[in-house]
Amino acid sequence: MKEIMLGNEGVARGVYEAGVRVASAYPGTPSTEITETIAKYDEIYSEWAPNEKVAMEVAIGAAIAGARSFTAMKHVGLNVSADPLFTASYTGINGGMVVAVADDPGMHSSQNEQDSRHYARAAKVPMLEPSDSQEAKDFTVLAYELSEKFDVPVMIRLHTRVSHSRSLVEICDRKEAPLKEYTKDCGKYVMMPGMARMRHVVVEERQKALQEYAESSELNVVEMNDTKIGIICSGICYQYAKEALPNASFLKLGMIYPLPPKKIAEFAKSVNELYIIEELDPFIETFVQSLGIKAIGKERFSVLGEYSAEKIAEAILGKKTETADISLKEELPGRPPVMCPGCPHRGLFYVLKKLRLTVSGDIGCYTLGALPPLDSMDACVCMGASIGMALGMEKARGKDFARKLVAVIGDSTFIHSGITGLIDVVYNKGTSTVIILDNSITGMTGHQHNPSTGFTIKNEPTKQVDLVQLCKAIGVDRVKVVDPFDIAEMEKTIKEELAAEEPSVIISQRPCALLKSVRYTGKVVVDQDVCTGCKMCMRIGCPAIGCKDGKITIDHTQCNGCGLCLKVCKFNAMKKVGE
Amino acid sequence: MAVTSIMIVGVGGQGTLLASKILGSVAVTQGYDVKMSEVHGMAQRGGSVVTYVRYGDKVHSPIISPGEADIVLAFEELEAMRWASFCKKGGTLIVNTQRIDPMPVVTGAKKYPSETVEQLSKSEDIRLIPVDALSLAKEAGTVKAVNVVLIGVLAKSSGIDKDVWIQAVKDNVPERFRDMNIKAFELGYNA
Ligand SMILES: Cc1ncc(C[n+]2csc(CCOP(=O)(O)OP(=O)(O)O)c2C)c(N)n1
Repeated sequence: MKEIMLGNEGVARGVYEAGVRVASAYPGTPSTEITETIAKYDEIYSEWAPNEKVAMEVAIGAAIAGARSFTAMKHVGLNVSADPLFTASYTGINGGMVVAVADDPGMHSSQNEQDSRHYARAAKVPMLEPSDSQEAKDFTVLAYELSEKFDVPVMIRLHTRVSHSRSLVEICDRKEAPLKEYTKDCGKYVMMPGMARMRHVVVEERQKALQEYAESSELNVVEMNDTKIGIICSGICYQYAKEALPNASFLKLGMIYPLPPKKIAEFAKSVNELYIIEELDPFIETFVQSLGIKAIGKERFSVLGEYSAEKIAEAILGKKTETADISLKEELPGRPPVMCPGCPHRGLFYVLKKLRLTVSGDIGCYTLGALPPLDSMDACVCMGASIGMALGMEKARGKDFARKLVAVIGDSTFIHSGITGLIDVVYNKGTSTVIILDNSITGMTGHQHNPSTGFTIKNEPTKQVDLVQLCKAIGVDRVKVVDPFDIAEMEKTIKEELAAEEPSVIISQRPCALLKSVRYTGKVVVDQDVCTGCKMCMRIGCPAIGCKDGKITIDHTQCNGCGLCLKVCKFNAMKKVGE
Repeated sequence: MAVTSIMIVGVGGQGTLLASKILGSVAVTQGYDVKMSEVHGMAQRGGSVVTYVRYGDKVHSPIISPGEADIVLAFEELEAMRWASFCKKGGTLIVNTQRIDPMPVVTGAKKYPSETVEQLSKSEDIRLIPVDALSLAKEAGTVKAVNVVLIGVLAKSSGIDKDVWIQAVKDNVPERFRDMNIKAFELGYNA
């Protein structure tokens, strides 16, 4: 039976069919739906871990204990979990283990465009790259066989256009993979220098065996057509290139690490002109050139952003597609993402802007507070960085600077990697004010539970991390909980905590407006006789509030009646109706 | 069959994903190879969103380049203008005549383009179909059904049997909203 599936659902189906028993992950676009789909299968234990490093460790533990295991993450999540991965390459596994990592060329939802293929080489683990949903499933199943055959975690590299594209997949049954026997083996699993030295030898031997495998693997397919143009590519680029140049010859690499030198040399010899088509870094190209083979790659193709069939046709054939002639009179305004109507973060950022603070930011829906009109973020680097960076700013510029400086961080992000930053603040006598934006959910990635929400991935109730107690336990004496829609109270609290020359935490607490449990009722209307058109209400940056001919208008298809605007209108021109 | 390429564009939160899901399942029931590419994550928060749907005997790329779309189905006027040039010469542009101000317009930094539909109708390269899907959705009983109204309009231009579409709508919406959505579909189909 065939079903239409996201690439991510294809990976999840592969995990299911391969008999996997344990899956742990932390969400991150474009990888999130893999684990959300796995959670629907009762045969697999699944969980959201606090971060990618823990998820990787859970998967390693489960594999050593003899189960087939799985973890998934977005590309930057691999940075977080790289430490355990690099040494799991030395210990090897027992039950098969697969790590899915989703890259995001074009940065649809990411803070950088890093190329995770480098990790496969650096950690010396094999990496497979599917080009559609069917391959996402098939490669995942095969990855478990390779993992057990070569005693190594295997990586699956995904891509936004594979993860978030739907195509047809042939469904098969689950094949149970019984637990492998577990025996204590210090030399293999305890990585101290003496043992690790022995294991490094094993890793290098395995590298040779893997390269041998790559030469003959069914994953690397040669498609001979017209020999004028030969193309080496993998993943989504294969689909683009195939569409642009259907008559060319292809070496499609399903396994991108290690690469097969003989197969590449043979293919190169059989074509006149050799192209290497890969997004981001010249990973395949560098390898091919190291073999002394001439090929055209980055001299013709960008290291920036995404490719498409059209870009490839243009770069190789010089062909431009004709488009419909639409001449527009004016330049079009962009449409950046905005906080949703009713978003609890809006109230807090309104106050931050009003107080003109320096804001050390973090990653989540609240990063949208960096954009106009809220305009209140000075820096944002990676998950969890806000608190450490605020401390760094304070240590660089002194305590006076800290009196106008806050760090903002979401609940999920705080648990992910903000706690250690806060410990640093306390331990090293910082005086920063940290604001935890607790909206009761991991919002940005589409509503996943986390340790502070009190529910598991399967919506079962569990212990909930008490953020107040946690902050107190690590030595923050000043911890306050404030509703961000109580603007006056929030402003007062922030001023007080900034003035205090010691670490303080403000928990800005109000649930995400998109949660089912949140029910705002009614709509806001503007009394046009009272409205002076002062536009104060527009400073909160609500997409439902507009202005026509000097008068404020409310878009009722968007307004959810949260009522925040009522609190900023000085003339009481806004009213709620229909409650 | 050669590949048909359809783009669905709009504003995050307008329900473009459901529309593409319905379109995709229609293409599957017709026995075609199908690929669709969606946007999840960041841009969903009120940003400009685009979904690509392609079907035919064999589809490789899940995305559509400028000048390749047979149909662009736009949920909003500004987004229609933004993506119009993805239409091929002779392509169709369906526009929901609804305006949602983007934040740069709300803050006064930029202006919403004037005479949107008039400007688009000047192009001789495309067939323009403007529809007031919001009013039709209200008539069906909920402003949330804008997406299904527009699917109705698209169905009319698709050359695929109406019953197939109705079945796909039924399969993809919750039971209790079924009648309302069928009504919305019909209003769009007959618009
Ligand atoms: C290392 C890493 N993992 C995952 C992500 C993806 N990601 C971005 S924001 C976010 C969670 C944000 O949740 P929270 O902190 O609760 O803030 P909210 O979006 O709810 O406001 C995640 C998982 C990332 N950017 N980096």
